[in-house]
Amino acid sequence: MSDELLRVTNLVKNFEVRRTKNSGAKKRTVQAVANVSFSIERGQTLGLVGESGSGKTTLGRCVLRLIEPTSGQVEFDGHDLGSMKFEELRALRRKMQIVFQDPFASLDPKMTVGASIAEPLIVQGVPGDHNDKIFDLLELVGLSVDHASRFPHEFSGGQRQRIGIARALALNPALIILDEPVSALDVSIQAGILNLFEDLQKKLGISYLFIAHDLSVVRHVADRIAVMYLGKIVEIGDQETVFENPTHPYTKALLSAVPLTDPKAERARTRVILEGEVPSPINPPSGCRFRTRCWKAQDICAQQEPVLELRAMGQMSACHFPES
Amino acid sequence: MADKILQIRNLQVTFDTPFGQVFAVRGVDLDVEAGELLGVVGESGSGKSVTFLAAMGLLSSRARVSGSVVLAGEELIGKSSRQLRSVRGRLMSMIFQDPLSALNPVHRVGKQIGEMLQAHQNLTNKQAAARAVELLDIVGIPQPDQRSSQYPHEFSGGMRQRVVIAIAIANNPKLLIADEPTTALDVTVQAQILEVIKRVQQQFGTAVVLITHDLGVIARVADIVDVMYAGRNVEQGSIESLYDHPSHPYTRGLLASIPQPGKGRLTPIRGFPPNMMDPPSGCAFRTRCDFADSTCEIEIPELRAFSDLQTACLRAQLLPSFRKTQ
Ligand SMILES: Nc1ncnc2c1ncn2[C@@H]1O[C@H](COP(=O)(O)OP(=O)(O)OP(=O)(O)O)[C@@H](O)[C@H]1O
Ligand SMILES: Nc1ncnc2c1ncn2[C@@H]1O[C@H](COP(=O)(O)OP(=O)(O)OP(=O)(O)O)[C@@H](O)[C@H]1O
Ligand code: SF4
Ligand SMILES: [Mg+2]
Ligand SMILES: [Mg+2]
Repeated sequence: MSDELLRVTNLVKNFEVRRTKNSGAKKRTVQAVANVSFSIERGQTLGLVGESGSGKTTLGRCVLRLIEPTSGQVEFDGHDLGSMKFEELRALRRKMQIVFQDPFASLDPKMTVGASIAEPLIVQGVPGDHNDKIFDLLELVGLSVDHASRFPHEFSGGQRQRIGIARALALNPALIILDEPVSALDVSIQAGILNLFEDLQKKLGISYLFIAHDLSVVRHVADRIAVMYLGKIVEIGDQETVFENPTHPYTKALLSAVPLTDPKAERARTRVILEGEVPSPINPPSGCRFRTRCWKAQDICAQQEPVLELRAMGQMSACHFPES
Repeated sequence: MADKILQIRNLQVTFDTPFGQVFAVRGVDLDVEAGELLGVVGESGSGKSVTFLAAMGLLSSRARVSGSVVLAGEELIGKSSRQLRSVRGRLMSMIFQDPLSALNPVHRVGKQIGEMLQAHQNLTNKQAAARAVELLDIVGIPQPDQRSSQYPHEFSGGMRQRVVIAIAIANNPKLLIADEPTTALDVTVQAQILEVIKRVQQQFGTAVVLITHDLGVIARVADIVDVMYAGRNVEQGSIESLYDHPSHPYTRGLLASIPQPGKGRLTPIRGFPPNMMDPPSGCAFRTRCDFADSTCEIEIPELRAFSDLQTACLRAQLLPSFRKTQ
């Protein structure tokens, strides 16, 4: 029996964008998420990495149905979200929460911390005055009870992120989408938040979809990793496997671009420096979307799109000429 | 020493604001040798940018600056803004996180490089244009002769940062200050820009100050590291020594907080950075330090030689040896 909590199948999200140049206001399509499939098990963390614009946030928002996917399926706890009625969806949504990057923007400056944390309870119509719940949540995230009556501006960045996490925990979610949750924090503060995620997972059995561009952070927290490039997952597998034996050229290049903190190790390694930058998602390259920057590309890479295939070490990757 | 390019002594910068004084830089001492790459790290608000903006004479009149900044033998503090303008671009240049703010949107990039050249050298327009193309080539822009006649908006983020570097090194300055030059870029593009900066240092012997919050970036390119906390330098030394046996409790805390392959639970630094309107007395780190005692409240620690590092901690000799949590 699988312990699957979330399954995403062939998810597509296109955005129509208008070209303002010239008279003919031609509509163009941005394929932000292009046929993505993955799953997350209960109590596990899937790390989602990829460069800016690769579709990570869009994917997260589609999973929560904060935006409607163009096509594809999202199953949560055995329910197909696409075929649910509004009321059912609302009830299920309590079980899925999101924490954003910017702890400053995501809290209402005019609301006390206690009121911010209780808001999801009130919105969902949970009865009671919620005080005990607020105090429990504050303690759970490493803040103190007397913080409840204060306002967000009295808190540091790390503390505000803890408030955001307490708020996300209010409805006992089974899944939290963490979209760059520590990117705005100094490393000395970030470490405390990462420990908190770890503790909460152990205590409450929550699953995380952890989106970040910092690969060392993702490596630290994730059980599995998915690497996105221009709207597609190019490699997915166990954290250790993907980091130690990347098989997609993009994964390899991405890992080698991230500097290591240990200067000896950093200077000893051979690096792949990719040329160019990520092309526009409006007219992505034919075949393999990575081919314009890939040092292994052959004619077939332009003609035929590689599909995710199982590799010897156990991960899946989409490449005609995988590394071994 | 003769080959010292930059020498900063007791630099202090205070901002007058409607809410009170901000003590942004509180006695920074720092040397940069010719041709060396100095990495500056520290938390947000620790005074990294303000230190070098002050050194470049780029702060507004609301900033009160004192101390000494000697660039290639010339004292800069007290110079008129006109004199400073002749130094900037010729002896030292600075680049920032956002390349667009450094570029003029309505001028072709070749022209902008040419203007920088002609501001400090006697060149005809034709010579300047030819040199601009060479510079674009040096920073790794493909088809530099065509790109030279394009506008900034026609370049991608990474390519714009290359253009900014080309402008900065146009007059072969002795010192290039790069303030978070790759923070806004994707990591694969960051890797390219770091290569360009390293190449400039090695090919032209330009000394570089690279300000970053990423110790990995430092590990990749820096020779020497300066660690800042609350407006002061707390530790300086070679990147290898600093990583291997940091002495200052803040440097140790920083290393213990960074996720690394194979590392177990992280150890954050407790508390949070001080308010620079009212920094703690004595050692500013004492409020977060596990080794502080009552003397730390009174005396401000100065940098002192400790093993092969310079460390500003009153209790450096008394600390247990640093063991990396592997
Ligand atoms: N509302 C929208 N309308 C049009 N295009 C959009 C919209 N939202 C996102 N996009 C585009 O979709 C693509 C994916 O964006 P997304 O924000 O999901 O990327 P990301 O991986 O989260 O990037 P980042 O690391 O910068 O946060 C980008 O090309 C983006 O410009
Ligand atoms: N123009 C200004 N007016 C008032 N205070 C300022 C001004 N510029 C900077 N400061 C303050 O000076 C201190 C040092 O700022 P600085 O920009 O040097 O930090 P930093 O180390 O570069 O941080 P970051 O990593 O966030 O760039 C901060 O407390 C900041 O708020
Ligand atoms: S499919 Fe071809 S272009 Fe794409 S990553 Fe593999 S080798 Fe490179
Ligand atoms: Mg995003
Ligand atoms: Mg700065």
